[in-house]
Amino acid sequence: MRIVNFDTVAEAVTDLCGRAACDLPHDVLSALRDAGTRERGELAGDFFAQYLRNAELAATERLPLCQDTGFAVFFAEMGRDAVLDRGTLYDAVTAGTREGYRRFFLRKSIVADPLFDRKNTTDNTPVILHLSQVPGDRIKLVLAPKGGGSENMSALRMLKPSEGRRGVADFVTDAVICAGGNPCPPTIVGVGIGGTMEYAAYLAKRALLRPVGKPSPDPRYAELEAEILERINASGVGAQGLGGDITALAVHIEFHPCHLASLPVAVNLNCHAARHAEVIL
Amino acid sequence: MKIQLRTPLDETAVRALRAGDRVQLSGVVYTGRDAAHKRLVAMLDAGEKLPVELSGQAIYFVGPCPAPPGRPIGSAGPTTSGRMDAYSPRLIAECGLRAMIGKGDRNAAVRAAMRNHGCVYFAATGGAGALIARSIVRAEVVAFPDLGPEAIYRLELDRLELVVAIDADGNSLYR
Repeated sequence: MRIVNFDTVAEAVTDLCGRAACDLPHDVLSALRDAGTRERGELAGDFFAQYLRNAELAATERLPLCQDTGFAVFFAEMGRDAVLDRGTLYDAVTAGTREGYRRFFLRKSIVADPLFDRKNTTDNTPVILHLSQVPGDRIKLVLAPKGGGSENMSALRMLKPSEGRRGVADFVTDAVICAGGNPCPPTIVGVGIGGTMEYAAYLAKRALLRPVGKPSPDPRYAELEAEILERINASGVGAQGLGGDITALAVHIEFHPCHLASLPVAVNLNCHAARHAEVIL
Repeated sequence: MKIQLRTPLDETAVRALRAGDRVQLSGVVYTGRDAAHKRLVAMLDAGEKLPVELSGQAIYFVGPCPAPPGRPIGSAGPTTSGRMDAYSPRLIAECGLRAMIGKGDRNAAVRAAMRNHGCVYFAATGGAGALIARSIVRAEVVAFPDLGPEAIYRLELDRLELVVAIDADGNSLYR
Protein backbone atom coordinates (compact mmCIF):
# COMPACT_ATOMS: atom_id res chain seq x y z
CA MET A 1 0.00 0.00 0.00
CA ARG A 2 1.30 3.47 -0.88
CA ILE A 3 0.01 6.50 1.03
CA VAL A 4 -0.31 9.59 -1.16
CA ASN A 5 -0.60 13.01 0.41
CA PHE A 6 -3.87 14.81 -0.32
CA ASP A 7 -2.06 18.15 -0.69
CA THR A 8 0.45 16.68 -3.13
CA VAL A 9 -2.41 15.67 -5.40
CA ALA A 10 -4.12 19.05 -5.04
CA GLU A 11 -0.90 20.95 -5.80
CA ALA A 12 -0.24 18.78 -8.86
CA VAL A 13 -3.76 19.54 -10.08
CA THR A 14 -3.24 23.28 -9.57
CA ASP A 15 -0.09 23.07 -11.70
CA LEU A 16 -2.00 21.10 -14.37
CA CYS A 17 -4.61 23.88 -14.59
CA GLY A 18 -1.96 26.46 -15.47
CA ARG A 19 -0.11 24.22 -17.91
CA ALA A 20 -3.23 23.03 -19.69
CA ALA A 21 -4.52 26.59 -20.16
CA CYS A 22 -1.27 28.11 -21.46
CA ASP A 23 0.75 25.37 -23.18
CA LEU A 24 -0.59 23.92 -26.42
CA PRO A 25 0.56 20.28 -26.57
CA HIS A 26 3.36 19.60 -29.09
CA ASP A 27 1.27 17.23 -31.19
CA VAL A 28 -1.40 19.91 -31.65
CA LEU A 29 1.22 22.51 -32.51
CA SER A 30 2.81 20.35 -35.17
CA ALA A 31 -0.59 19.40 -36.59
CA LEU A 32 -1.42 23.12 -36.88
CA ARG A 33 1.94 23.90 -38.52
CA ASP A 34 1.47 21.08 -40.97
CA ALA A 35 -2.13 22.04 -41.79
CA GLY A 36 -1.09 25.66 -42.27
CA THR A 37 1.32 24.67 -45.01
CA ARG A 38 -1.42 22.71 -46.79
CA GLU A 39 -4.01 25.49 -46.59
CA ARG A 40 -4.34 27.34 -49.91
CA GLY A 41 -6.81 30.05 -48.84
CA GLU A 42 -5.28 33.43 -48.03
CA LEU A 43 -7.61 34.29 -45.13
CA ALA A 44 -7.56 30.74 -43.76
CA GLY A 45 -3.77 30.67 -44.06
CA ASP A 46 -3.63 33.86 -42.01
CA PHE A 47 -5.76 32.23 -39.29
CA PHE A 48 -3.22 29.41 -39.01
CA ALA A 49 -0.45 31.99 -38.59
CA GLN A 50 -2.52 33.66 -35.85
CA TYR A 51 -3.05 30.32 -34.07
CA LEU A 52 0.69 29.71 -33.98
CA ARG A 53 1.46 33.25 -32.79
CA ASN A 54 -1.23 32.87 -30.14
CA ALA A 55 0.29 29.59 -28.91
CA GLU A 56 3.75 31.15 -28.71
CA LEU A 57 2.45 34.20 -26.86
CA ALA A 58 0.39 32.08 -24.45
CA ALA A 59 3.37 29.90 -23.58
CA THR A 60 5.89 32.71 -23.10
CA GLU A 61 3.62 35.20 -21.35
CA ARG A 62 1.65 32.59 -19.38
CA LEU A 63 -1.69 33.75 -20.72
CA PRO A 64 -4.48 31.27 -21.44
CA LEU A 65 -4.60 30.23 -25.11
CA CYS A 66 -8.33 30.89 -25.06
CA GLN A 67 -10.41 32.94 -22.62
CA ASP A 68 -12.73 29.97 -22.31
CA THR A 69 -10.61 27.99 -19.89
CA GLY A 70 -13.39 25.49 -19.82
CA PHE A 71 -15.03 22.91 -17.67
CA ALA A 72 -12.24 21.09 -15.81
CA VAL A 73 -12.66 17.51 -17.08
CA PHE A 74 -10.31 14.96 -15.55
CA PHE A 75 -9.52 11.43 -16.60
CA ALA A 76 -7.92 9.72 -13.62
CA GLU A 77 -6.42 6.29 -13.16
CA MET A 78 -5.91 5.31 -9.57
CA GLY A 79 -3.68 2.36 -8.81
CA ARG A 80 -5.37 -0.18 -6.55
CA ASP A 81 -2.44 0.06 -4.13
CA ALA A 82 -2.53 3.86 -3.83
CA VAL A 83 -4.48 5.45 -0.98
CA LEU A 84 -4.90 9.10 -0.05
CA ASP A 85 -3.94 10.08 3.49
CA ARG A 86 -7.26 11.91 3.79
CA GLY A 87 -10.33 12.76 1.73
CA THR A 88 -11.23 11.40 -1.67
CA LEU A 89 -9.53 11.86 -5.02
CA TYR A 90 -12.53 13.94 -6.07
CA ASP A 91 -11.97 16.28 -3.11
CA ALA A 92 -8.26 16.64 -3.89
CA VAL A 93 -8.91 17.34 -7.59
CA THR A 94 -11.59 19.87 -6.68
CA ALA A 95 -9.31 21.68 -4.21
CA GLY A 96 -6.48 21.80 -6.76
CA THR A 97 -8.76 23.09 -9.49
CA ARG A 98 -10.19 25.82 -7.28
CA GLU A 99 -6.67 27.05 -6.50
CA GLY A 100 -5.43 26.65 -10.10
CA TYR A 101 -8.20 28.75 -11.62
CA ARG A 102 -7.52 31.44 -9.00
CA ARG A 103 -3.73 31.39 -9.14
CA PHE A 104 -3.41 31.46 -12.91
CA PHE A 105 -6.18 34.00 -13.57
CA LEU A 106 -8.30 31.54 -15.50
CA ARG A 107 -11.92 32.28 -16.27
CA LYS A 108 -14.55 30.81 -13.98
CA SER A 109 -17.13 29.42 -16.38
CA ILE A 110 -19.40 27.15 -14.38
CA VAL A 111 -22.96 28.04 -13.36
CA ALA A 112 -24.50 26.21 -10.43
CA ASP A 113 -27.96 25.57 -11.84
CA PRO A 114 -28.18 24.82 -15.56
CA LEU A 115 -31.76 25.98 -16.09
CA PHE A 116 -33.09 28.46 -13.55
CA ASP A 117 -30.57 30.68 -11.74
CA ARG A 118 -27.46 30.07 -13.85
CA LYS A 119 -25.39 31.69 -11.10
CA ASN A 120 -21.62 31.43 -11.45
CA THR A 121 -20.00 29.22 -8.79
CA THR A 122 -17.04 31.68 -8.97
CA ASP A 123 -14.30 29.05 -8.56
CA ASN A 124 -14.86 26.89 -11.65
CA THR A 125 -15.99 23.92 -9.59
CA PRO A 126 -17.45 21.36 -9.59
CA VAL A 127 -15.08 19.37 -11.78
CA ILE A 128 -15.94 16.35 -13.89
CA LEU A 129 -13.88 13.34 -12.85
CA HIS A 130 -13.78 10.10 -14.84
CA LEU A 131 -12.09 7.72 -12.45
CA SER A 132 -10.93 4.20 -13.12
CA GLN A 133 -9.08 1.76 -10.91
CA VAL A 134 -5.97 0.17 -12.39
CA PRO A 135 -3.20 -2.16 -11.14
CA GLY A 136 -0.19 -0.61 -9.36
CA ASP A 137 0.29 2.21 -6.86
CA ARG A 138 0.39 5.26 -9.10
CA ILE A 139 -2.18 7.97 -9.75
CA LYS A 140 -2.39 9.31 -13.30
CA LEU A 141 -4.32 12.52 -13.86
CA VAL A 142 -5.17 14.00 -17.24
CA LEU A 143 -6.87 17.39 -17.34
CA ALA A 144 -8.69 18.28 -20.53
CA PRO A 145 -10.33 21.68 -19.98
CA LYS A 146 -13.33 21.80 -22.28
CA GLY A 147 -14.62 25.02 -23.80
CA GLY A 148 -18.33 25.59 -24.31
CA GLY A 149 -18.20 26.59 -27.97
CA SER A 150 -16.89 23.25 -29.16
CA GLU A 151 -18.77 21.21 -26.55
CA ASN A 152 -22.07 22.73 -27.71
CA MET A 153 -21.55 21.21 -31.16
CA SER A 154 -21.55 17.65 -29.81
CA ALA A 155 -23.94 15.10 -31.28
CA LEU A 156 -25.19 11.69 -30.32
CA ARG A 157 -27.41 9.26 -32.15
CA MET A 158 -28.51 5.69 -31.59
CA LEU A 159 -28.22 4.34 -35.14
CA LYS A 160 -29.84 1.15 -36.32
CA PRO A 161 -27.22 -1.57 -36.76
CA SER A 162 -28.38 -1.84 -40.40
CA GLU A 163 -27.15 1.72 -41.03
CA GLY A 164 -23.63 0.42 -40.47
CA ARG A 165 -20.43 2.05 -41.63
CA ARG A 166 -22.14 4.38 -44.06
CA GLY A 167 -24.57 5.61 -41.41
CA VAL A 168 -21.74 6.34 -39.00
CA ALA A 169 -19.68 8.20 -41.62
CA ASP A 170 -22.65 10.33 -42.73
CA PHE A 171 -23.69 11.19 -39.18
CA VAL A 172 -20.20 12.25 -38.08
CA THR A 173 -19.50 14.21 -41.27
CA ASP A 174 -22.83 16.06 -41.08
CA ALA A 175 -22.32 16.92 -37.41
CA VAL A 176 -18.97 18.56 -38.13
CA ILE A 177 -20.17 20.43 -41.22
CA CYS A 178 -23.34 21.68 -39.48
CA ALA A 179 -21.19 22.99 -36.63
CA GLY A 180 -19.68 25.45 -39.13
CA GLY A 181 -17.48 28.08 -37.52
CA ASN A 182 -18.97 27.67 -34.04
CA PRO A 183 -16.47 25.18 -32.55
CA CYS A 184 -13.40 27.18 -33.74
CA PRO A 185 -12.26 24.97 -36.61
CA PRO A 186 -9.98 23.34 -37.51
CA THR A 187 -11.28 20.89 -34.94
CA ILE A 188 -10.24 17.51 -33.68
CA VAL A 189 -13.19 15.18 -34.09
CA GLY A 190 -13.65 12.68 -31.29
CA VAL A 191 -15.98 9.80 -32.14
CA GLY A 192 -17.27 7.11 -29.81
CA ILE A 193 -18.89 4.07 -31.38
CA GLY A 194 -20.57 1.35 -29.33
CA GLY A 195 -21.15 0.87 -25.63
CA THR A 196 -24.31 2.46 -24.29
CA MET A 197 -25.61 5.98 -24.83
CA GLU A 198 -23.50 7.58 -22.10
CA TYR A 199 -20.48 5.39 -22.76
CA ALA A 200 -20.36 6.39 -26.43
CA ALA A 201 -20.22 10.01 -25.29
CA TYR A 202 -17.42 9.18 -22.85
CA LEU A 203 -15.49 7.42 -25.64
CA ALA A 204 -15.90 10.42 -27.94
CA LYS A 205 -14.40 12.70 -25.29
CA ARG A 206 -11.60 10.27 -24.50
CA ALA A 207 -10.78 10.05 -28.21
CA LEU A 208 -9.79 13.73 -28.07
CA LEU A 209 -6.83 12.82 -25.85
CA ARG A 210 -5.14 10.69 -28.50
CA PRO A 211 -2.07 12.35 -30.08
CA VAL A 212 -3.44 14.35 -33.01
CA GLY A 213 -3.62 12.35 -36.21
CA LYS A 214 -2.45 9.06 -34.71
CA PRO A 215 -4.66 6.50 -36.44
CA SER A 216 -6.74 3.89 -34.66
CA PRO A 217 -4.77 0.67 -34.06
CA ASP A 218 -7.59 -1.21 -35.83
CA PRO A 219 -7.03 -0.77 -39.59
CA ARG A 220 -10.79 -0.82 -40.35
CA TYR A 221 -11.38 2.08 -37.99
CA ALA A 222 -8.22 3.85 -39.18
CA GLU A 223 -9.57 3.70 -42.74
CA LEU A 224 -12.93 5.06 -41.60
CA GLU A 225 -11.16 7.91 -39.76
CA ALA A 226 -9.29 8.85 -42.93
CA GLU A 227 -12.43 8.70 -45.04
CA ILE A 228 -14.46 10.90 -42.70
CA LEU A 229 -11.59 13.40 -42.42
CA GLU A 230 -11.38 13.68 -46.19
CA ARG A 231 -15.12 14.27 -46.50
CA ILE A 232 -15.07 16.91 -43.75
CA ASN A 233 -12.19 18.78 -45.36
CA ALA A 234 -13.84 18.61 -48.80
CA SER A 235 -16.71 20.66 -47.34
CA GLY A 236 -14.75 23.91 -47.50
CA VAL A 237 -16.00 25.09 -44.07
CA GLY A 238 -12.41 25.97 -43.22
CA ALA A 239 -10.67 27.74 -40.36
CA GLN A 240 -13.18 29.79 -38.33
CA GLY A 241 -15.90 28.60 -40.74
CA LEU A 242 -14.89 31.35 -43.17
CA GLY A 243 -13.84 28.99 -45.96
CA GLY A 244 -10.72 26.90 -46.47
CA ASP A 245 -9.19 23.51 -47.11
CA ILE A 246 -8.74 22.43 -43.49
CA THR A 247 -11.89 22.07 -41.36
CA ALA A 248 -10.58 19.28 -39.13
CA LEU A 249 -7.06 18.28 -38.13
CA ALA A 250 -7.96 14.68 -37.35
CA VAL A 251 -10.76 12.21 -36.72
CA HIS A 252 -10.20 9.87 -33.78
CA ILE A 253 -12.55 6.92 -33.31
CA GLU A 254 -12.76 4.89 -30.11
CA PHE A 255 -14.99 1.82 -30.09
CA HIS A 256 -16.44 -0.61 -27.58
CA PRO A 257 -18.69 -3.69 -27.56
CA CYS A 258 -22.38 -2.83 -27.68
CA HIS A 259 -25.84 -4.36 -27.32
CA LEU A 260 -26.99 -6.51 -30.26
CA ALA A 261 -29.87 -4.10 -30.90
CA SER A 262 -27.73 -0.92 -30.88
CA LEU A 263 -25.19 1.16 -32.75
CA PRO A 264 -24.55 4.22 -30.56
CA VAL A 265 -22.43 6.98 -32.13
CA ALA A 266 -21.27 10.12 -30.33
CA VAL A 267 -19.31 13.08 -31.67
CA ASN A 268 -17.34 15.45 -29.45
CA LEU A 269 -15.32 18.26 -31.01
CA ASN A 270 -12.22 19.97 -29.74
CA CYS A 271 -11.27 23.41 -31.03
CA HIS A 272 -7.83 24.05 -32.51
CA ALA A 273 -6.70 25.14 -29.03
CA ALA A 274 -6.95 21.47 -28.05
CA ARG A 275 -5.72 21.58 -24.49
CA HIS A 276 -4.72 18.83 -22.15
CA ALA A 277 -2.00 18.15 -19.62
CA GLU A 278 -1.14 15.15 -17.50
CA VAL A 279 0.81 14.13 -14.45
CA ILE A 280 1.68 10.79 -12.85
CA LEU A 281 2.06 10.71 -9.10
CA MET B 1 -4.98 46.21 -47.41
CA LYS B 2 -6.67 46.52 -44.03
CA ILE B 3 -9.39 49.08 -43.44
CA GLN B 4 -8.85 51.25 -40.37
CA LEU B 5 -12.05 51.90 -38.43
CA ARG B 6 -12.69 53.72 -35.17
CA THR B 7 -15.84 53.60 -33.05
CA PRO B 8 -18.41 55.09 -32.88
CA LEU B 9 -19.46 54.01 -36.37
CA ASP B 10 -21.95 55.80 -38.59
CA GLU B 11 -24.37 54.10 -40.96
CA THR B 12 -22.50 55.17 -44.12
CA ALA B 13 -19.21 53.66 -42.94
CA VAL B 14 -20.93 50.45 -41.91
CA ARG B 15 -22.85 50.08 -45.18
CA ALA B 16 -19.62 50.59 -47.17
CA LEU B 17 -18.08 47.44 -45.69
CA ARG B 18 -18.16 44.25 -47.76
CA ALA B 19 -17.99 40.62 -46.59
CA GLY B 20 -14.35 39.58 -46.77
CA ASP B 21 -12.93 43.02 -45.94
CA ARG B 22 -10.09 42.91 -43.44
CA VAL B 23 -10.48 45.54 -40.75
CA GLN B 24 -8.47 46.87 -37.82
CA LEU B 25 -10.88 48.31 -35.28
CA SER B 26 -9.91 50.89 -32.67
CA GLY B 27 -11.84 52.81 -30.05
CA VAL B 28 -14.40 51.85 -27.43
CA VAL B 29 -16.52 48.69 -27.66
CA TYR B 30 -18.71 47.02 -25.06
CA THR B 31 -18.58 43.36 -24.15
CA GLY B 32 -21.72 41.33 -23.76
CA ARG B 33 -22.63 37.69 -23.93
CA ASP B 34 -25.53 35.44 -22.95
CA ALA B 35 -26.47 36.71 -19.49
CA ALA B 36 -25.84 40.41 -20.26
CA HIS B 37 -27.92 40.22 -23.45
CA LYS B 38 -30.76 38.59 -21.59
CA ARG B 39 -30.75 41.43 -19.06
CA LEU B 40 -30.46 44.16 -21.70
CA VAL B 41 -33.48 42.84 -23.56
CA ALA B 42 -35.43 42.43 -20.30
CA MET B 43 -34.69 46.10 -19.59
CA LEU B 44 -35.97 47.05 -23.05
CA ASP B 45 -39.14 45.06 -22.34
CA ALA B 46 -39.58 46.93 -19.08
CA GLY B 47 -38.99 50.28 -20.78
CA GLU B 48 -35.90 50.97 -18.67
CA LYS B 49 -32.81 52.91 -19.76
CA LEU B 50 -29.88 50.63 -20.62
CA PRO B 51 -26.70 50.95 -18.54
CA VAL B 52 -24.65 51.61 -21.70
CA GLU B 53 -25.37 53.76 -24.75
CA LEU B 54 -25.33 51.40 -27.74
CA SER B 55 -26.18 53.86 -30.51
CA GLY B 56 -23.38 53.82 -33.09
CA GLN B 57 -21.49 51.32 -30.94
CA ALA B 58 -20.16 47.79 -31.23
CA ILE B 59 -20.75 44.83 -28.94
CA TYR B 60 -17.99 42.25 -28.63
CA PHE B 61 -19.30 38.81 -27.63
CA VAL B 62 -16.63 37.88 -25.10
CA GLY B 63 -16.21 36.78 -21.52
CA PRO B 64 -12.58 37.59 -20.78
CA CYS B 65 -10.19 35.93 -18.35
CA PRO B 66 -9.33 37.93 -15.22
CA ALA B 67 -6.54 40.45 -15.73
CA PRO B 68 -3.19 39.25 -14.37
CA PRO B 69 -1.18 41.93 -12.49
CA GLY B 70 0.12 44.64 -14.80
CA ARG B 71 -2.26 43.88 -17.65
CA PRO B 72 -5.56 45.52 -18.58
CA ILE B 73 -7.25 42.19 -19.30
CA GLY B 74 -6.63 38.46 -19.60
CA SER B 75 -7.24 36.37 -22.72
CA ALA B 76 -10.22 37.76 -24.59
CA GLY B 77 -11.25 35.96 -27.76
CA PRO B 78 -14.78 35.81 -29.19
CA THR B 79 -17.50 33.44 -28.08
CA THR B 80 -20.06 31.77 -30.39
CA SER B 81 -22.36 34.53 -31.67
CA GLY B 82 -25.30 32.28 -32.51
CA ARG B 83 -26.34 32.23 -28.85
CA MET B 84 -26.99 35.97 -29.10
CA ASP B 85 -29.22 35.60 -32.18
CA ALA B 86 -32.30 35.68 -29.96
CA TYR B 87 -31.36 39.15 -28.66
CA SER B 88 -29.30 40.98 -31.30
CA PRO B 89 -32.19 42.10 -33.57
CA ARG B 90 -33.72 44.07 -30.68
CA LEU B 91 -30.45 45.87 -29.92
CA ILE B 92 -29.94 46.67 -33.61
CA ALA B 93 -33.49 47.90 -34.22
CA GLU B 94 -34.22 49.65 -30.92
CA CYS B 95 -30.79 50.85 -29.77
CA GLY B 96 -28.97 51.62 -33.02
CA LEU B 97 -26.21 49.02 -32.49
CA ARG B 98 -23.89 49.34 -35.51
CA ALA B 99 -21.52 46.39 -35.17
CA MET B 100 -21.15 43.00 -33.52
CA ILE B 101 -17.93 41.06 -33.04
CA GLY B 102 -17.95 37.32 -32.49
CA LYS B 103 -17.42 33.98 -34.16
CA GLY B 104 -19.66 31.70 -36.21
CA ASP B 105 -22.71 32.31 -38.38
CA ARG B 106 -25.81 34.39 -37.53
CA ASN B 107 -29.44 33.53 -38.27
CA ALA B 108 -31.83 35.07 -40.79
CA ALA B 109 -33.48 37.38 -38.24
CA VAL B 110 -30.14 38.94 -37.34
CA ARG B 111 -29.15 39.36 -40.99
CA ALA B 112 -32.51 41.02 -41.73
CA ALA B 113 -32.10 43.45 -38.84
CA MET B 114 -28.56 44.22 -40.04
CA ARG B 115 -29.87 44.99 -43.54
CA ASN B 116 -32.82 47.06 -42.37
CA HIS B 117 -30.93 49.21 -39.88
CA GLY B 118 -27.32 49.22 -41.11
CA CYS B 119 -25.21 46.96 -38.93
CA VAL B 120 -22.14 44.84 -39.65
CA TYR B 121 -20.94 41.53 -38.20
CA PHE B 122 -17.21 41.08 -37.71
CA ALA B 123 -15.46 37.78 -37.05
CA ALA B 124 -12.61 37.87 -34.55
CA THR B 125 -10.28 34.88 -34.42
CA GLY B 126 -11.79 32.27 -32.12
CA GLY B 127 -9.27 30.51 -29.90
CA ALA B 128 -6.67 33.27 -30.19
CA GLY B 129 -7.50 34.96 -26.89
CA ALA B 130 -3.91 35.71 -25.87
CA LEU B 131 -3.15 37.38 -29.19
CA ILE B 132 -6.38 39.39 -29.16
CA ALA B 133 -5.70 40.63 -25.61
CA ARG B 134 -2.74 42.58 -27.02
CA SER B 135 -5.17 44.80 -28.96
CA ILE B 136 -7.11 45.70 -25.81
CA VAL B 137 -5.43 48.61 -24.09
CA ARG B 138 -7.98 49.35 -21.37
CA ALA B 139 -10.85 47.46 -19.74
CA GLU B 140 -13.33 48.31 -17.01
CA VAL B 141 -16.60 46.78 -15.87
CA VAL B 142 -19.43 49.24 -16.51
CA ALA B 143 -22.55 47.14 -15.86
CA PHE B 144 -23.76 43.93 -14.22
CA PRO B 145 -20.61 43.25 -12.12
CA ASP B 146 -22.43 40.37 -10.41
CA LEU B 147 -22.19 38.42 -13.67
CA GLY B 148 -18.42 37.97 -13.30
CA PRO B 149 -16.95 37.14 -16.72
CA GLU B 150 -20.36 37.88 -18.25
CA ALA B 151 -20.43 41.48 -16.96
CA ILE B 152 -20.44 44.33 -19.48
CA TYR B 153 -16.93 45.72 -19.89
CA ARG B 154 -15.97 48.89 -21.67
CA LEU B 155 -12.93 47.99 -23.76
CA GLU B 156 -10.60 50.31 -25.56
CA LEU B 157 -9.22 48.67 -28.67
CA ASP B 158 -6.07 49.41 -30.59
CA ARG B 159 -6.28 47.89 -34.08
CA LEU B 160 -8.09 44.66 -33.30
CA GLU B 161 -7.81 42.37 -36.36
CA LEU B 162 -11.26 41.51 -37.75
CA VAL B 163 -12.89 40.20 -40.88
CA VAL B 164 -16.26 41.38 -42.17
CA ALA B 165 -18.08 38.04 -42.00
CA ILE B 166 -21.59 39.33 -42.82
CA ASP B 167 -22.11 42.78 -44.30
CA ALA B 168 -25.13 45.09 -44.12
CA ASP B 169 -26.33 43.84 -47.52
CA GLY B 170 -26.55 40.30 -46.19
CA ASN B 171 -23.45 38.98 -48.00
CA SER B 172 -21.77 36.32 -45.90
CA LEU B 173 -18.51 34.39 -45.84
CA TYR B 174 -20.24 31.45 -44.13
CA ARG B 175 -21.50 28.66 -46.31
